[in-house]
Amino acid sequence: MTTTSLRKLIIGSSIALGIGAFGQVAQAQDDDPIRVGILHSLSGTMAISESTLKDEMLMLIDKQNKEGGLLGRKLEPVVMDPASDWSLYAEQARDMLTGDDHVDVIFGNWTSASRKAVLPVVEELNGLLFYPVQYEGEESSENIFYTGAAPNQQAIPAVDYLMSQGVERWALLGTDYVYPRTTNKILEAYLKEHGVADEDIMVNYTPFGFSDWQSIVSQVKDFGSQGKKTAVVSTINGDANVPFYTELANQGVKAADIPVVAFSVGEQELTGIDTAPLVGHLAAWNYFMSVDSDANYDFIDDWVAYTGNQDAVTNDPMEAHYIGFNMWVQAVKKAGTTDVDAVKDAIIGVTVPNLSGGASTMMPNHHITKPVMIGEIQDDGQFSVVWQTPGTVAGDAWSDYLPESKNLISDWRAPLRCGKLDVESMTCEDGPGAD
Amino acid sequence: MTMNSPTGGRRRSRPLLECLLLCLMLAWGAISAPAMAAVDGGQARALLQALDTRDFQAKGEAAQAIADSQADQKTRWLQALLDGRLGRERRGNTFYIVTDDSGREWPIVDAITFEDAGTGSRRTVDIFKINNDLRTQLQGIIASLSLADGDESARLAAADRLIGDVNADNVESVRASREQEQSATVRDRLDVALALYGVQQGDATALETLKGNLDTRVRNTLTTVAAADGELASQARQVLDGIESKRAWYDRAQTLFFGLSAGSILVLAAIGLAITFGVMGVINMAHGELIMIGAYTTWLIQQALPGQPGLALALAIPGGFLVAGAFGVLIERTVIRFLKGRPLETLLATFGLSLVLQQLVRTVFSPLNRRVTSPDWLQGAWQINEALSLTLNRFGVLIFCLIVFAALWALMRFTRLGLEVRAVTQNRAMARAMGVRATRVDMLTFGLGAGVAGLAGVALSQLTNVGPNLGQSYIVDSFLVVVFGGVGNLWGTLVAGMSLGVINQVLQPWVGAVLAKIIVLIGVILFIQKRPQGIFAPKGRVS
Repeated sequence: MTTTSLRKLIIGSSIALGIGAFGQVAQAQDDDPIRVGILHSLSGTMAISESTLKDEMLMLIDKQNKEGGLLGRKLEPVVMDPASDWSLYAEQARDMLTGDDHVDVIFGNWTSASRKAVLPVVEELNGLLFYPVQYEGEESSENIFYTGAAPNQQAIPAVDYLMSQGVERWALLGTDYVYPRTTNKILEAYLKEHGVADEDIMVNYTPFGFSDWQSIVSQVKDFGSQGKKTAVVSTINGDANVPFYTELANQGVKAADIPVVAFSVGEQELTGIDTAPLVGHLAAWNYFMSVDSDANYDFIDDWVAYTGNQDAVTNDPMEAHYIGFNMWVQAVKKAGTTDVDAVKDAIIGVTVPNLSGGASTMMPNHHITKPVMIGEIQDDGQFSVVWQTPGTVAGDAWSDYLPESKNLISDWRAPLRCGKLDVESMTCEDGPGAD
Repeated sequence: MTMNSPTGGRRRSRPLLECLLLCLMLAWGAISAPAMAAVDGGQARALLQALDTRDFQAKGEAAQAIADSQADQKTRWLQALLDGRLGRERRGNTFYIVTDDSGREWPIVDAITFEDAGTGSRRTVDIFKINNDLRTQLQGIIASLSLADGDESARLAAADRLIGDVNADNVESVRASREQEQSATVRDRLDVALALYGVQQGDATALETLKGNLDTRVRNTLTTVAAADGELASQARQVLDGIESKRAWYDRAQTLFFGLSAGSILVLAAIGLAITFGVMGVINMAHGELIMIGAYTTWLIQQALPGQPGLALALAIPGGFLVAGAFGVLIERTVIRFLKGRPLETLLATFGLSLVLQQLVRTVFSPLNRRVTSPDWLQGAWQINEALSLTLNRFGVLIFCLIVFAALWALMRFTRLGLEVRAVTQNRAMARAMGVRATRVDMLTFGLGAGVAGLAGVALSQLTNVGPNLGQSYIVDSFLVVVFGGVGNLWGTLVAGMSLGVINQVLQPWVGAVLAKIIVLIGVILFIQKRPQGIFAPKGRVS
């Protein structure tokens, strides 16, 4: 007998028996699997990045089930395909939270646009969303847990590293959407605070999927040959990176002359490029596949075995889901239930091992602590870590370098329960604490 | 034709330079190379042991110590360190060189004896890491080690590295090398290096040597010198102005090349559409996906011929044409034929078809982008001088575009098919009355247009991602070019594509890529308002 028909039968009998059958329903609930929603695009432009995360989630759920499930119940994945259509993300999130397979938690999204679309839905229906990608910050939701990096966990340390390497001129190149624009705004403010003059900063935006990089790369070359050590900070997203790096290589921009530090280029993106001419260009992440720790080697072995592909790569958002999933599991165990409000309270302070040999903790602002690493591209498509923060860095939802958000913090613990608290006036602008 | 010469790092440590110079002099035969005496295992181990540190500065010193040692294996060690293939057994004391680091299990050899040591992996071998500064330093050390045999190109590279790096410590030895140097090119390079040092020391006569020099390092140094006050600064400013105006001309030439190359991509993508849209009046929204099919064909052929990207690319040209052409004929026979004269329905049907083809590729080949390797002769740049270099892949595409255009034009002008196509374009009913089988012409024309789209895909595989979305990004631009150029006119497509490319590239540095595209789009809309038939109006009466 399948679970649905069992449930129907029980619901039917409970109607027949009236209120007295309530206990039976609760009993049935306990035997029901815990449903885990996976909301990643499997078609459309984002499929390139997101489909791997779906596979990873299936692997993690599979592993958890083999270890006996959670609270004595099995986990059951509910996979949907929002097809890279931002509004479809919102629709499907609503389906997941209200439909037949009422899910207990959602792991999903990649672009900020899709997250912004899902945010009102999970807030309205009180769902849980784990978001695994580095993003621009300036947001905090009671129902979203941000396991990717906030700008202070990626962009700022990367710029610090380059400054320590003697860089004085900065070309900020990005794809034209919210993440690069906000990040560059923060970086510009940060650089100016550190005495970089206006004429030493160049900002340039290009459309999604841009491939005609010749004149921009030549412009950067020119910008970088005026007496000061120059670096490129790249928030170029997705497949636009392949032609960008090819053009860099062809025009002979070497890492020794003008290093490029990227925030959206990981192992996955590099599989499409011949990296030999790019050796030495940089990326800033919280995890690299080459990180030296047993947890990482085990994870890679599992992943290779699960995908059956010897060349399968792992990347930073995969680590974020790994951490997020384990945190959720811990929180459910701690709360003894999958009830959203109980899990939300239980998860704050939960600490789980990350893949780089340390541990990550969920902070009261729904961001996590992570180490920040700078890696140099190698000729085999991997990164070699050349610099790392001594400890972990806690994610900051509201940037300290933007005038409009420097006084804001977020703390979802009782009694504050506020996502946007002005510490000067102690007024809460968003969250239950505002009432 | 020379490939990109390394511009050379400007930040290098002093010992490295002295070593370079020493080797430069060694190369000139003043002293014969000393006989190398091997080191014993313990010393070798100690040398390698020093590399096992997290501090890059200390690692650099250890590498220098290896270079200065008598070890026979030192070049191989340093090369392996540079390639990220030198490592140490985790929790052990053996040093290994990884001979092939693709895959997860690597074949390794003992670093000291070079004996086979089985296989290792990330888990068992701890690879010594290097960073950018150390990499530059190692490249210098290795170059200077191989400089001992002293051929002219090695000396030239060493001299080139010295530009901007001459200082009080090494200036005398550079002067000495300059006096002994036989080769005129190397001498010139050393002259520039010395003159640059002279200018920094306040020697105004040295400026004479630097006049019109396009090297970025010269420009860098002069910019700093010219920023100061005084007689020297104003003279430096004059020299700098001369350099800048010379550069400006080369910059314009480069922008023109960028424009033509961007235009050639537009022309390639649009010219197939010019045929199908122009001749048959079919709005084929699946045109982009035919381009994608051409690109995937290139990838497939490359998979079948591993290690021979040049041959694969040559085969992909007919291959891409035929496969995309076959798809075109199939689409014409199964869909478009039945929707004749209903442009809206054709538009919707072909749009649906484009989605089907995209998802088909996603299902068959996975949604991930595929990597098409460029053959060596399409990588790097043709360095005409310090200020002007043409990237070879774009140059190749530009030439390819012109060849395709010429071939297509000849086909239309001189063959029976071309004649029939032109007849059908100009007056379908009359052509049929004259015995032209219009439906067959339709099929062949559509196949031809699709085949040319396939060729565009072959070319694009050298420039951009081969993935399911490849076609989408070109479909709008293609229609823009065709409409702007004049429907059904090949010359119009060529002129329109090239001029849109140049306009776009001229605007881009000023207003950015996004705004440049918007301005071009608005410009074309306004132009079409004024002249609906495009740049070149179709000749004859159009019914």
